[in-house]
Amino acid sequence: MTHPPYLSPAYRSTLLRAPSRPPLRLKADPDAIELTSPVFGHHEVADREADLTTQHTGEPLGERIIVSGRVLDGLGRPVRNTLVEIWQANSAGRYAHDRDRHPAPLDPNFTGAGRCLTDDEGRYRFVTVKPGAYPWRNHHNAWRPAHIHFSVFGTAFTQRLVTQMYFPGDPLFPFDPIFQSIPDAAARERLIAGFDMDTTEPEWALGYRFDVTLGRTPLEDS
Amino acid sequence: MTTPSQTVGPFFGYALPYAQGGELVPEDHPGAITVTGLVLDGAGEPVPDALLELWLGETGTRGALDRRGPGGSGFGRCPTAPDGSYRFRSARPATPYLALLVFARGLLKPVMTRVYLDDAPDPLLDSLEPAVRATLVARAETADTYVFDVRLQGDGETAFLEF
Ligand SMILES: [Fe+2]
Repeated sequence: MTHPPYLSPAYRSTLLRAPSRPPLRLKADPDAIELTSPVFGHHEVADREADLTTQHTGEPLGERIIVSGRVLDGLGRPVRNTLVEIWQANSAGRYAHDRDRHPAPLDPNFTGAGRCLTDDEGRYRFVTVKPGAYPWRNHHNAWRPAHIHFSVFGTAFTQRLVTQMYFPGDPLFPFDPIFQSIPDAAARERLIAGFDMDTTEPEWALGYRFDVTLGRTPLEDS
Repeated sequence: MTTPSQTVGPFFGYALPYAQGGELVPEDHPGAITVTGLVLDGAGEPVPDALLELWLGETGTRGALDRRGPGGSGFGRCPTAPDGSYRFRSARPATPYLALLVFARGLLKPVMTRVYLDDAPDPLLDSLEPAVRATLVARAETADTYVFDVRLQGDGETAFLEF
């Protein structure tokens, strides 16, 4: 099983929010609107939105990184011109969000939100800084491993994916109920970006690669 | 090998919502409808940090993200307010239903459902027992305002769908 179950008691917020009944499985109906997806125009997303380090007057503090990869469909084909959105904490582990109470500094030069459209090969690329780990109140001494939130569209509404990208070798993996909510170890590994010398730029930034593969649609299954 | 889902978490609010995301059509759009309601948890409490996405099946003349100009978009995105409420303004869909996705902290993957505007014969609705069927049919509060609550868990739990 790739995706986590709704109910994952170690992640306490699932207790009152996980549906108690399994979803109804619809028969493959080629007319179902859920098998189509919004399309995005290039005028709707500016190129500069993919660089999270140039949104303010100064440069953000932290380790500059380049995160790139491809969005693929369930058959391994590139998903073109699709919207990829990311958001993350700053290098100190603090979100630019009103309700984040972690007593780590905000960075006036870092908001931590970006978006881009994939190219004809399904590729995306963001420039950002490496986010810090941060505490949360799920249990005593709970810390989230450093992560970047991803939101990705496919060619069908059923493929809509929101996930989190992690960094290799994080010592917090065994202790994180959100990462561990994915039952299959091999599936968990797919959320860990790879350090990539090929996209690392000399004298500038480390490169990480993170490919996103969307689920098959009923039409692709048949 | 499919990439697994993870929760949207509590801190998407400064990143994913965008200007007029819930307004798929301009205010003066002929035949515009409002789809509004609450997102509730298993204790019946409002969920103040959910994100809803509405899809009509066609992107339309306005963009999915850019609300300039006349006409309509087929895609909308709206976070819940502190009282758990959401509100979309949309054109009337060509299909009997609108597709709805809900993301939230505590949802490790989104829930998908349909907002039916009328309780008319339909292959999906007709396959459900009455109490479950009722969770998919919006209540017409006025001729152009439809109320659709999403109950994530427990009494009156909304019927969620997968393909
Ligand atoms: Fe986070």
